[in-house]
Order: sequence, then C-alpha cells, then structure tokens
Amino acid sequence: MFNASLKQLSSQLAEKKISSTELTTEFLNRIKKLNPEYNAFITLNEDISLAQAQAADKMLASGQAGPLTGIPIAQKDIFCAKGWLTTCGSKMLSNFISPYDAGVIERFNQAGTVNIGKTNMDEFAMGSSNETSFYGLVKNPWDVAAVPGGSSGGAACAVAARLAPAATGTDTGGSIRQPAALCGISGIKPTYGLVSRYGMIAFASSLDQGGPMAKSAEDLALLLNIMVGFDPRDSTSLQRDVEDYARDLQKPLAGLRIGLPKEYFAEGMSKDVESAIEKALDEYRKLGAEMVEISLPNAALSIPVYYVLAPAEASSNLSRFDGVRYGHRAPSYSDLGDMYRKTRAQGFGAEVKRRILIGTYVLSHGYYDAYYIKAQKLRRLIAQDFTEAYQQCNIIMGPTTPTVAFNLGEKSGDPIQMYLSDIYTSAANLTGLPAMSIPVGFGDKNRPVGLHIIGNYFMEAQMLNAAHQYQQITDWHLQSPV
Amino acid sequence: MTLTVNDVKRIADLAYIEIDEGEAKETLIQLSGIFNLIETMQAVDTSTVEPMSHAQSVVQRLREDEVTETDQRELCQSIAPQVEAGLYLVPQVIE
Repeated sequence: MFNASLKQLSSQLAEKKISSTELTTEFLNRIKKLNPEYNAFITLNEDISLAQAQAADKMLASGQAGPLTGIPIAQKDIFCAKGWLTTCGSKMLSNFISPYDAGVIERFNQAGTVNIGKTNMDEFAMGSSNETSFYGLVKNPWDVAAVPGGSSGGAACAVAARLAPAATGTDTGGSIRQPAALCGISGIKPTYGLVSRYGMIAFASSLDQGGPMAKSAEDLALLLNIMVGFDPRDSTSLQRDVEDYARDLQKPLAGLRIGLPKEYFAEGMSKDVESAIEKALDEYRKLGAEMVEISLPNAALSIPVYYVLAPAEASSNLSRFDGVRYGHRAPSYSDLGDMYRKTRAQGFGAEVKRRILIGTYVLSHGYYDAYYIKAQKLRRLIAQDFTEAYQQCNIIMGPTTPTVAFNLGEKSGDPIQMYLSDIYTSAANLTGLPAMSIPVGFGDKNRPVGLHIIGNYFMEAQMLNAAHQYQQITDWHLQSPV
Repeated sequence: MTLTVNDVKRIADLAYIEIDEGEAKETLIQLSGIFNLIETMQAVDTSTVEPMSHAQSVVQRLREDEVTETDQRELCQSIAPQVEAGLYLVPQVIE
C-alpha cells in the first residue's frame, strides 16, 4: 500500500478494499514509526486528518468521490491551513494557527483529500538543504548522512520514505525540483500563475509557484488537475481553460525534439550525475526522441540575478512580520522601533536575515539601478535565451543539480556554495517556465540523480508525457529506500 | 564595491533587525562574498534591454468594488500577541 500509485489507491478506495480512515491510519502509524528519524513533518494533527478521512469515506459511500478523494496528502508548512499550526519553518510563526485556508488547501479539501500533516522546510523557503528550519534538519531517507535538499525537503523526504502517497511543495529557485532530485522522487513546478499563491506564505512573489511532489509523472498529473485553477484572490493567477494534465501521458515520443543546453553539459556537472543523465537520454533516444544541441548563453547569470531579485522581493514581503498582529513578539522592548528590531532579530534565523539584508541593500537609495534594475534587465536576456531555444526544440533536458545530495553540514557554513546548488533550476523561476525533475538513477554513495525537464509555457501535459513514457520503460521511480 | 561594518549596521537598521557588533562583522564577510558573486552581472552590457519585472506580461486585474470578506476580527485577533477592546496593542508612539 505504501508503494501504491495514486491511481491504485483511488481504485482500492472506490472498490471499498480499503477505507480512507484505514489508509490514513496506516500512514499516520508509519509516520509515527519513521518520522522521529527523518523529521519530515513539523506538525501532525490526527484529529483533523481522521475527521477528513471520515468525511471522505462518506463521499466515497455516496458516490460523490473525485479521483483523489480519501487519499492522504502531506502539505508543505508554507500553505496556510485553517486550524493548523502553520510555521513556514520559522520561529517567527511558531504560534501561528492559521485562521484561513490557502487556495491550494481549499482545492484539496474540495477534492476530498486528507491533510496527513505539515511538512518541514527551510525557514521561509530560503535554503537548498532543509538545514535552516527552526524545527530541525531533515534527513535524506536514501542516506541519513545526506541532506534531502530544500526548501521542500520534508515533502521530498516524506514521499521518498513513503510516509505519504504525495505531497505539495513550492518552488522559488528550485525548491520542488532540487529536493525531488536529491530524494529520488518526481516533482513539477508549473508555469508561473497556474497555481494560486493565495495563503501560500510569500518569499519572492514574482518567482514563487506551488506544485506537486510524488512518486511518478502520472501521480503528478492527477495532483496538478486538483492544484491548478484560477483564484481571483491571487493578483497574478491566470484565467485559462481547465486542462486535463493526464490527457497526453500515453502519447508516443517519436519526433520529440529534446534540446540539450551546452552550458548545462559543461564544467560543473559531476561525473556520476553526467553518467546517469547520459543513460537517461539514451532511453529517450530509444523512445524515438531526437537530441538537439542548444545554447543558453546567459545561463551562468541566473544565480547572481536570482540572488538580487529574490532577496529584494523577500525583504519587502517579510516586512509584514513585525510582532503586531500575529506570530512572535519579543518579550521585552523599550519602544515601538525596539519592539520591531528585537522581534525580527529573535524571530528570523541567520539565512533569512541575510537575505533580508541583501534585499534591503539592493533596493536602497543609490544601489537600486546598479543591482535591482540591472538584474531585471538580465532576467529579460535569460528569458530571451529560452524563447530562442524553443525555436529549435520542444522540450529542454539536463541535470536538475550539479551533484547528488551533499552531506548534512557540508555547505551550511558557506552560503555561496549552497546557492550554487540551484544553478540549473533558478532560470525556470526567473522566466516563469514550467520545469520538473524525475529520478533517473544513482550516483556517488548510491544517492539519487534527477533529470531536469524544462517545458515551454503551459506545456505541462507534454512534459508529463515525456516523463511518463520514460517511467514506463524504467523503474527508478518505483524504488524506495525504506 | 566594498561593504563596511557601518553599511551592514545601516542596512540592518533599515530592515528593522537588531544586530550587534559581532553579528555585523560576521555578516559583512558573508555579504561581501555574495556581492562578489552578484557583481558578475556588471560584465554584461544591458544598455538597450528593458527590465523584466514579471514572468507573464499580464495586466493587473480589476474587480467590482463590493464586499467579499466577512468580519473575522475576533478570529484574527485570537492569535495576536496583544489586543484590548478589539485593538492591536503596541508601545505608545505619541506622548
């Protein structure tokens, strides 16, 4: 049951072979047994989970069930969920019981899924190793000496260790794809604007995008069918016709033109990752795809550009945490300014403060043009590179990360090394393009390798098709460490 | 560009984050490294490029000026650090 696909679970529920209450209880028991080792969850709330499961069982019994009704989903602790502690991995929100549901949570509730718990994450989604969480680090279930990646590290760990059938994540610079790659699971960041950001605690609003994390591309398609949809409460939510993201899964890949950016297949990618990626590309050749060399000349700029724009937006977004209306407030202070300064000094961790300071600086008088506007101009050049590349190919592939999972503690003292783990992923956020990672084997120390698939705008169904066809002839996605 | 400890303190002040001398010095080292990385941007000529602020070129949506939210003051204030008579309490600002 723990290895079952969403489709299999769905039919077991529909055929009454198992109830949602039983399924939820089984997963809760597994979490209780294994989570003390991994720390993938910040909050469990059995009462709410089981009440949702019972409600799902009623929907199933009355024939009103949807495709995922009754299935437990782990929700990243960045999504506000009514009645749930919602911490965003921070001390700042260590007492924040959300008074409302995020748009994504509402959609899952309407679909009748069960919230199995809130997953651990880097504080305010700022990190690539899940080591900045106020609630402790998360371990990689393939090797407990390794990081799970981040910021959606708890979600990736939970799916890999089969603590939940699927999970949600968010991705600002790679936070769905990088942990998915390091934990050997599948994850997709859809086109910017498809998944509602309402109630998703903001980091960098022009880059943040929610998406699903699961075992397979087929599972991702079913989850996207629930998560994607217009939400008038998110000012950048896109109004589009409803799509079935599973519609093209079975299409043959013959004639698919896969672009391989020469800048991604260069210095920087480790040998073990390269070898797994090359084998995966061979499988795509067998499936009838054609490889085209392409160039993204400004690829190397995506990290410096990202580390201007994301902190700039973060410094503005995180100004709301001031100890007045919710969250942490310093116990003693002399006046209002002192209350703000102490509250924020105590409530934020080192990485969050660092990024707020970078952002404050690049937006400050005298530096705005040299940094912020400069970065926005380069953002356009990066986007133009992709527009030109898609004249020659349908889809772009490369490694999700330059190396397999690094060791816990290995990069936590060196922010720049940590930032460079997102070298291949952050361009998709800057451009708003959809991108995903799927497991394609193992590298050094038997740690997973992820293949990065970047699609053109709104081409999620095509990307999922490409991923699904690969998963029909390989079994990496079926392997579990536990 | 060279940052100084005083720059770090000034930025922290702008950001309303209390920082002591030791933290400021440590932060200076890290920020200097990060800004060295950021400086690589300056090598590219962007004099003819328009800034891109957003991934989608969409226009800001407008909506009818009508009430969409109900009053939830009690619920929202139930998680506030300090409230009295329906008001959020902060230290006195005006004498």
